[in-house]
Amino acid sequence: MLRNAPGSDRPVDEIKSRAKALRRHMIRMSRHIGQGYIAQGLGIADVLAALYFHELRHDPANPAWAERDRFLLSTGHYSIALWAALAEAGVIPIDELASYGLDESRLPMSTLDTTPGVEIIGGSLGHGPGQAVGMALGQRLRGTGARIFVEFSDGELQEGSTWEALMAGASFGLDNLVALVDCNGIQADGAIVIDIEPVAAKLAAFGWDAAEIDGNDVAAILDALHEARTPNGRPKAIVLRTLPGCGVPAIARREKAHFVRVEPDEWDVFARELEAQP
Amino acid sequence: MSRGVTVGMGEVVRGGSRELVDAPFGHALVTLAKDRGDIVGLSADLAKYTDILPFKEACPDRFFNVGMAEQNLVAVSAGLAKSGFVAYCTTYGVFASRRAYDFIAIACAHSRAEVKIFAGLPGLTTGYGGTHQAIEDLALMRMVPDLVVIDPCDATELEQVTHAVVAHRGPAYVRLLRGAVPRVLDPRAHRFEIGRSYVLREGEDIGLVSTGFMTERALDAAEKLAAQGISAGVLHVPTIKPFDAAGVAAFAQRVGRLISIENHVVTGGLGSLVAETLFDAGIVRRLRRVGIPDRFVECGSLPFLQEQCGMTVPQIVALANDKTQWRTP
Repeated sequence: MLRNAPGSDRPVDEIKSRAKALRRHMIRMSRHIGQGYIAQGLGIADVLAALYFHELRHDPANPAWAERDRFLLSTGHYSIALWAALAEAGVIPIDELASYGLDESRLPMSTLDTTPGVEIIGGSLGHGPGQAVGMALGQRLRGTGARIFVEFSDGELQEGSTWEALMAGASFGLDNLVALVDCNGIQADGAIVIDIEPVAAKLAAFGWDAAEIDGNDVAAILDALHEARTPNGRPKAIVLRTLPGCGVPAIARREKAHFVRVEPDEWDVFARELEAQP
Repeated sequence: MSRGVTVGMGEVVRGGSRELVDAPFGHALVTLAKDRGDIVGLSADLAKYTDILPFKEACPDRFFNVGMAEQNLVAVSAGLAKSGFVAYCTTYGVFASRRAYDFIAIACAHSRAEVKIFAGLPGLTTGYGGTHQAIEDLALMRMVPDLVVIDPCDATELEQVTHAVVAHRGPAYVRLLRGAVPRVLDPRAHRFEIGRSYVLREGEDIGLVSTGFMTERALDAAEKLAAQGISAGVLHVPTIKPFDAAGVAAFAQRVGRLISIENHVVTGGLGSLVAETLFDAGIVRRLRRVGIPDRFVECGSLPFLQEQCGMTVPQIVALANDKTQWRTP
């Protein structure tokens, strides 16, 4: 059955509740293995909830439906968030989340496209945007009306291939393409090491309709996604200022947030903090 | 002695007086695309120089030029493939292999995407030096799992390969001969199949194992050797991966010694594959490898550069005859 027929409504409370469910999944998944890219996953939970439970035209029972909207996760190491979203949406069983990061699991630490609902192999950063341009061209050529949403990160803006794709997206006039730029301010070596600001102004200069919002404000996300539907011959970019670890203050406070290692006694604190959030 | 001149990009690799065919890849693609609405073509600002122009003119709505951005060329091709199209992706071999390798490996091969890369200026088919000469692309590409790698011999084979790769499920890397391309193989007799080698001539004294346009030279060298009373066989191996090890081993068993002949560095390409094959099969034969030595080649005229690298017909004949090369150590 087709999920979502995005209209003009803004189901803020429902999306907030879904985002919380995604965070709950992620805490449980990382608890199994004691570590992971939890901070990034918690950071983009709100936008994933908005996509999978409002904006994307997709059919959880048939993730290969040819006319589906596509969501590309370029940051393959955020897989924990994608698995949570796919499970919550009904594409994969919720029970399977317990296999996250284990040998022979369909839910690896970094995404592979053999898992149902996964469009590309992410993780070699800078691979998402160009493939999104190709998919947007392909859907336009087919006349399906399907739209392409591609997530990539602020650190990923340091990859030259990202800018090659941004140039092409604008040059081809792909208004069925939406970039979701997760600006969480961190990368593998810590805080962003090479200046990439001002992100929105750069995207606009490259010919994209660029908005900048609090990426953990569900109402703002829904508004920006609604705005991005405008068929005006230009691709859309939403710069998401996200907080790594959002929803769990004990994780958000950490200095080393890129790859989080957790002591056994911390998990209950995380779970309590999450449930205490509004 | 007059000095050779580096000529423009349209230089023809002439091996002899054989018929020349104009843009065999581009015209084959146009023929193919007439029946296949799912074929798209891409270029990175080299449409004119990779012979995809006839396709652009015949199917303008299915042609995309991404500009000078080879990573994006391959990424966009993969994205189109993942939307149900078969993407014919053209650029020069140097850019495909050196700039876009990660995208070919992950976005295409690992994803089993229907991307067919046609890579121009393979080896010494341009006098523009190391920046333009793809001398190590076969070695790089054959290491990528699930990638088919082909070095066609001539216009006949290039036309057939253009059709064959669309029937193959998954990505392919094809070395592109462009412009006026000699016709060496008889289109009525030759039937290209991925993974198959072809005995073009039987012989016992020496076996010439060749790929790409060097097969034309192997045939000419065998002819000259025959005139000298030396029986030389020629095995043409257009598919570098999957490699026809059984065919090469069977051919090697029938000859006294072997020369591998390729338009590529002698490390990592056909010569290495032949050596691996012989060793794996326990076949003991002396092997000499003709190709580009382990160095960057300068700018210059093609006949001059190829002679510097020992890739001409007289040099192959001389090597076959050079007893010092074949002495048992």
